[in-house]
Amino acid sequence: MTYLDHAATTPMLPEAAVTLTEALGRVGNASSLHSAGRRARRAVEESRETIAAAVGALPSEVILATGGTEADNLAVKGIYWARRAADPRRTRVVVTAAEHHAILDAGQWLADHEGATLDVLGVDAVGRLRPEALRELLAAHADEVALVSVMWANNEVGTVNDVRALADVAHEFGVPLHTDAVQAVGSLPVDFAACGADALTLTGHKLGGPVGAGALLLRRDVACTPLLHGGGQERDVRSGTLDVPGVLSLATAVRAAVADVPRRTEELTALRDDLVARVLAVVPDASLNGVPLDEPAGSRLPGNAHLSFPGCEGDSLLMLLDAHGIECSTGSACTAGVARPSHVLLAMGIPEDLARGSLRFSLGHNSVAADVDAVVDAIGPVVERARRAGAALAQS
Amino acid sequence: MLEHFFLLTCAERTVKVLAAMSGGVDSAVAAARLRDAGHDVTGVHLALAAKPATMREGARGCCSVEDSHDARRCADVLDIPFYVWDLAARFRDDVIEPFVAEYAAGRTPNPCLRCNEKIKFAAVLDRARALGFDAVGTGHYARLDRADPAHPVLRRAVDPDKDQSYVLGVLRPDQLAGALFPLGDSPKSEVRAEAAARGLVVADKPDSHDICFIPSGDTRGFLDERLDAAPGEMVDPDGAVVGHHGGVQHFTVGQRHGLGIARPAPDGRPRYVLGLEPVSRTVRVGPAEELDVAALTASAPVWLGPAPADGSPVEVQVRAHGGRASAIVAVDGDAVEVRLDQPLRGVAPGQAAVFYRPDARGDVVLGSATIAATSSVSEHGPVPVGH
Repeated sequence: MTYLDHAATTPMLPEAAVTLTEALGRVGNASSLHSAGRRARRAVEESRETIAAAVGALPSEVILATGGTEADNLAVKGIYWARRAADPRRTRVVVTAAEHHAILDAGQWLADHEGATLDVLGVDAVGRLRPEALRELLAAHADEVALVSVMWANNEVGTVNDVRALADVAHEFGVPLHTDAVQAVGSLPVDFAACGADALTLTGHKLGGPVGAGALLLRRDVACTPLLHGGGQERDVRSGTLDVPGVLSLATAVRAAVADVPRRTEELTALRDDLVARVLAVVPDASLNGVPLDEPAGSRLPGNAHLSFPGCEGDSLLMLLDAHGIECSTGSACTAGVARPSHVLLAMGIPEDLARGSLRFSLGHNSVAADVDAVVDAIGPVVERARRAGAALAQS
Repeated sequence: MLEHFFLLTCAERTVKVLAAMSGGVDSAVAAARLRDAGHDVTGVHLALAAKPATMREGARGCCSVEDSHDARRCADVLDIPFYVWDLAARFRDDVIEPFVAEYAAGRTPNPCLRCNEKIKFAAVLDRARALGFDAVGTGHYARLDRADPAHPVLRRAVDPDKDQSYVLGVLRPDQLAGALFPLGDSPKSEVRAEAAARGLVVADKPDSHDICFIPSGDTRGFLDERLDAAPGEMVDPDGAVVGHHGGVQHFTVGQRHGLGIARPAPDGRPRYVLGLEPVSRTVRVGPAEELDVAALTASAPVWLGPAPADGSPVEVQVRAHGGRASAIVAVDGDAVEVRLDQPLRGVAPGQAAVFYRPDARGDVVLGSATIAATSSVSEHGPVPVGH
């Protein structure tokens, strides 16, 4: 089996799996006062410190949550509510057209139910938000903006935004910036303090930790209204009994993944460049989406290869590759499982037909050269067959 | 059941099969039987609705999110790959729009039949073949013998209540050559029991009856959203105007209810829709006996073998359920003249006439044609007896 869908979820690191399973056998609510509770509390706090140290944050800035979707919703809605409460004019939420649905749909929900105005900024042809575009909007509406949310690295095409520059622009106008960094942590150097963002989302299962464990890094001076009310366990910003084994395993994975970034960057970049070059050699009219490979390192996720195959339906390609034991991904699918052209590709100006014929291969921590060979061996006949199917559908 | 697998495996070499899975019990069991017969089976759910209904609206047999979920659950239990194919645009162009246009033209279309002809055994089969599949398998109740691929033999199902050979009767030989119907030998009750025994969660799911793209069942409302009102008159056989209506699309030949005629017929008997004339916007109404059809003309025939010789005795079926009579056909190129041995009531232009050769092993489908016109017993004279 050739697993090239690490951007969807990546295998757990062995040490994270050990931490998780060992912790599952121990009792203890981190909020309890007895010794079992104290032990759990200590383990959680050490984990918080581990996570904070790995990503350049203070322990008190780590709000433990269930993952990317919760942390994104907490940031967008919570900061919106808090900023609007402080100044009722601040009802604009600024995002990019390439954001994950956890951001786009949270912003749209605020627009539909909470009187917000959602500003969706366009991205350039590689999927990047230009700082000037943000400045233009803030210059006109700074007093009305509650927050800006811009992803660190795009989950589909792997494009990396200049978070530092964007945060600087936002701060010029006194606006906080949140960044969804679920694809970045463990793949790129991420330093919360240095990047300037006011809030940052990370999640365990994208970096070798467990599903269901993640965090919102939130500066102490940024007010955020809770989504979940109850025991107030996480700085009164997030309630719910902490999942101690999940938190411990998350910390183990974050520490290991971040330490492994230099190796991953080097190896995955080489594998990815090889994959792209050899696929393009077999299918010359295919095209790479996102940042070109000759741009400086760090401008694209090292494991991401996103390609369009003219004349093919992405779901035909996916089915045929799956039959060859190669697991990759098309863009997004609706709840019924219907393939839809990716909103990210459309935002980059890629025509709908070409967007439908696109595949994402995402390499990860255990990818090897044989994975690339498998794709290269299969892709020629697969594309040829998918083209025949596309032509059959167009004619019949 | 074992006997069935034996027959299937003997008659068919192992092939790559695309199992169309609606989310209902029949297509799930069909996929299971194909897999058990040794075929390499991949499940596909066809997304046909432009905006799939949400889970909360509930499953109606196909098209909704819940049905897609049910199909996926079954495929996972069967351990076969499963995909969703979006054919909403094709379905709109080839099924829904013609459906609306047919009503506007005063005819009564059968969208399930059109879906088989244009979607399942055309767009889906063509795409499947291009992707390397040999056949599309469905949960239709019909028996298909493909021993001679150039001349597939389609028969009625064993279960007379579930027989769906009528909605498959429009398929050409090349389409049937790429079809597999593993349920034709089974009564429905057996299929349900088999689904339960296999642990398929859809075993008790109700059958779908409505038109899948009109889950409310309100065909008239669906058409009114798409067609302008075209008010006209209702006239009785004497030419007297007995009422008014909002458009011929609201009516089907043989319809009794919802005519909205205030004045009773002089003889006090109920009136029925006898005919629809869209150009003059006239709905002809009259007594039940005027509905008795003695002969019909059908057009654009599709034959599975040679066209029947003039004067051939056949059985004809004129709608999906019931409407069967023995008849004599005369084929003249694109036109088929059908003289019925016994009158049939309520034969609607736009429906298919499917022709069968009676056979003790299951009536054999000869072909089909679209009903263009009918002549009533009163116009045609009494049906001749004795042949």
